Amino acid sequence: MNVQSPPEKLTARDYATDQEVRWCPGCGDYAILKAVQNTLAQLEADPKNTVFVSGIGCAARFPYYMETYGFHTIHGRSPAVATGVKLSNPDLNVWVVGGDGDMLSIGGNHTMHAIRRNVDLQILLLNNQIYGLTKGQYSPTSKIGTKSPSTPLGSIDNPVSASQFALGVGGTFIARSSDILQKHLPEVLKRADAHQGTSFVEIFQNCIVYNDGAFKHFTEKSVQDEMQVHVEHGQPLLFGKDKSKGLVLNKDEQRLEVVTLGENGVTKADIAVHDETNRSMATMLAQMDPPTMPVALGVLYCESAPTYEAAVHAQIDQAREKGEGDLAKLLHRGQTWTVE
Amino acid sequence: MSEAAAIDTAEGQPQEVESAVVRFAGDSGDGIQLTGSQFTMTAAISGNDLATFPDFPAEIRAPAGTTFGVSAFQINFGASNIMTSGDQLDVLVAMNPAALITNLEDVKTGGVVIADSGAFTDRNLKKAGYEENPLENDSLHNYRLVKIDMSRLTVEAVKEFGLSNKEALRSKNMWALGLIYWMYGRTRQASVDWLKSKFANKPEIADANIAALNAGHAFGETAEMPAELGTIQVETAKIEPGTYRTITGAESVALGLLAGSQLADLNISFCSYPITPASSLLHQLARMKEFGVVTFQAEDEIAAAAAALGASYAGSLGITSSSGPGIALKMEVIGLAIGTELPMVIVNSQRAGPSTGMPTKTEQSDLYQAVFGRNADAPMPVISVSTPSDGYVVAIEAIRIATKYMTPVMVLTDGYITNASEPWMIPDPSTHERFDVEFRTDPENFQPFMRDETSLARPWVKPGTPELMHRIGGIERSYDTGHISYDPDNHQKMTDTRAAKINGIANDIPEQEVANGEPGGKLAIVGWGSTYGPIDRAVGNMRDQGYDVSHIHLRYIWPLPRNLGDLLKTYDNVIVAEMNNGQLRTLLRSEHLVPAEGLNKINGKPFLIRELEDAIRAKLEN
Repeated sequence: MNVQSPPEKLTARDYATDQEVRWCPGCGDYAILKAVQNTLAQLEADPKNTVFVSGIGCAARFPYYMETYGFHTIHGRSPAVATGVKLSNPDLNVWVVGGDGDMLSIGGNHTMHAIRRNVDLQILLLNNQIYGLTKGQYSPTSKIGTKSPSTPLGSIDNPVSASQFALGVGGTFIARSSDILQKHLPEVLKRADAHQGTSFVEIFQNCIVYNDGAFKHFTEKSVQDEMQVHVEHGQPLLFGKDKSKGLVLNKDEQRLEVVTLGENGVTKADIAVHDETNRSMATMLAQMDPPTMPVALGVLYCESAPTYEAAVHAQIDQAREKGEGDLAKLLHRGQTWTVE
Repeated sequence: MSEAAAIDTAEGQPQEVESAVVRFAGDSGDGIQLTGSQFTMTAAISGNDLATFPDFPAEIRAPAGTTFGVSAFQINFGASNIMTSGDQLDVLVAMNPAALITNLEDVKTGGVVIADSGAFTDRNLKKAGYEENPLENDSLHNYRLVKIDMSRLTVEAVKEFGLSNKEALRSKNMWALGLIYWMYGRTRQASVDWLKSKFANKPEIADANIAALNAGHAFGETAEMPAELGTIQVETAKIEPGTYRTITGAESVALGLLAGSQLADLNISFCSYPITPASSLLHQLARMKEFGVVTFQAEDEIAAAAAALGASYAGSLGITSSSGPGIALKMEVIGLAIGTELPMVIVNSQRAGPSTGMPTKTEQSDLYQAVFGRNADAPMPVISVSTPSDGYVVAIEAIRIATKYMTPVMVLTDGYITNASEPWMIPDPSTHERFDVEFRTDPENFQPFMRDETSLARPWVKPGTPELMHRIGGIERSYDTGHISYDPDNHQKMTDTRAAKINGIANDIPEQEVANGEPGGKLAIVGWGSTYGPIDRAVGNMRDQGYDVSHIHLRYIWPLPRNLGDLLKTYDNVIVAEMNNGQLRTLLRSEHLVPAEGLNKINGKPFLIRELEDAIRAKLEN
């Protein structure tokens, strides 16, 4: 018998394939790919038990660049394919990567049902508020007025908020980060990996070609302190330079408000403390929009709940406890008769 | 009216018949399907060959007494070679005016019509569209009419059990069954046992039903009914020794899928979305958890197919099932299965279309969709189920082909086969030939699209296997490595290879045989799927009369059997009989340049034997 030496610790590079990455130079997807590879290295994820599933779109090229198992499927269907993978083999660690058009437009239905079933997947929604691969049409997350080849006079339909959607359909883990937050993003991804059930991570991603600067009003260095609040469970919702601002809960109006420490007698004790198990608070955080409110990043919501595939296999195990199926007996079940 | 049966009849003698066709018809709430299945079981136990045809409305609880709420169950039983549920009825049991008006035209002249006169109220007559009571105005003089107030007699029979009038009337179907048992000299024991076990928790309901069954039987014995009604002897069949059960198409496909997965040593992931008439397959498999069968009711047809493919990717056998419109939604996923060369089984229980069409009515109109219905050059094997029990071997064969050739396979069945039943000699699964799947585990020279030289199949690798990590997807794949490739020559080569792989399956399936008759001659009737029964019976009858006609029945629709073209060319004439507007005919003409003609029926009902006999006669007497 061969003596197996302990495997060397893998680095981020070990999770990269030999395939040339073909996103546009400067695309936010590069940073997200790097963050995911870093995360897997930090988690010491076993490549053979890791599967990346994607649909169609720029983001959906992701599996080709990951030295794991990968399945690049069809537009919108990746959550459904991934559900089948988990049903078949619950031991696999399955990541689903897609964009806003893939997961909220053509695949919105599958995203909803994967989330509400709580299939143990990490769903990374790379939201750039535009269709990239089809050359720049507006997407279901584009702001009203987005001018694009299909909306030359500006888009007129209301955008959907990915995180509010995920909260609304009963998601058990909803988090947000951004392509440029190279320290924050891996931490969020690690939490997503640890969560049992659907981990829904909305990652704001800049499309340098068709929607450049879509998020700069809260991601640019000059404004990021004032326009981002990084939420942490059990910690006060403070932000701004020197953490001088915070969010308080206006109980009369049931909404969050921005306050400045020291003004009007506000102290740190007045600041709302993030409770990631509180869906109402998570919803209020997800609703915040610049310029009046900062964008909430981090784990907005996390609750423990049974996973779908575990429940499916528990029913099977329960049935098998009463006796393993016997095909010959099954064929004879019910009324039979014998001809001599 | 008088309590005793009033009967208008020509005098007749007690008779012995080779076979008989009985149809029960009533409101969808009358328990007609249960009545039919009980009669079926008793006929089978008595040694009759049989075929049944349940026909029920699309509406779950259609308003009582309406014509669109009529549910019917037909059984043809007798000596062997009962191939169909029968063209014409010997006996119609009509539980109300709507049942009579919608079913009367199928009763043969001189046939027996048993009507529950208690249900022929003014209100029910009006609902059915009768201006006057047909039981009273001699309009049924071409039939032997038996008028019985079954409603009142049932209520009386169950009086002692203290049920409400409404509850008591629920046993009316058993009263009618008892009478028919008496007519055909059948024992009631199997049904009594069944009622006791079905209503084990409600003994008063069991007792009431048994009392009604007995009362119906006793009524036949004691009432002054013409003798011939009580002494109909139906010949028993010469049946091969063995243990039998009745089986529907849904049951046989479900059991075949389970058996096939065991022969392949795979777990099943059955992913489906409810649709008539395919849902019964999901229901069957959902009850097989002790075999490790995973069933998944997806959010839509697309997700069902996608999840099945995901399961196959992960190393289970992914199966999805639907009917025509749902299959259309799955096609993009099926294309992905073809491109990524993963095994998958798609069961299509065809129904009348296009679009929603007639969901509860049968048709064979998805052949084009199965063979051609995808974007691009996307070949896929297609095989069909010919009889209610045939689904067992067809489902096993679908799994064998899917796993050996790493391809999706479509199984075509239809609404008729799904619900119809026939006796089935139960096979011994330990005698089936195994085809265990070998997953690739060896990293030496591994390439995800490197092919087996003979089958042209690529290796199947389970995620979780060390050192074989790889990526596959819908973008064209480089010939060996599977990497994304836009190379023109590679696409040509891959397209050619995908076609060659599927065409090569023709060398791995049996040559086409003649089902009835011989190779060569004046006329071949070619069929596929559920037309097997009526074609075979019609061809048999015509051959008995000296006509030179043979029956060829296809199981394999794509690829076609390798000898089929040569075989068809041995006949002067070829008629393709199918329940669509000529789909197999088009395929045979284009593949084999044979001047096939069509016999096409698209009214939601199976062929009648005489329709086929007429076509044969017309062709051969010209």
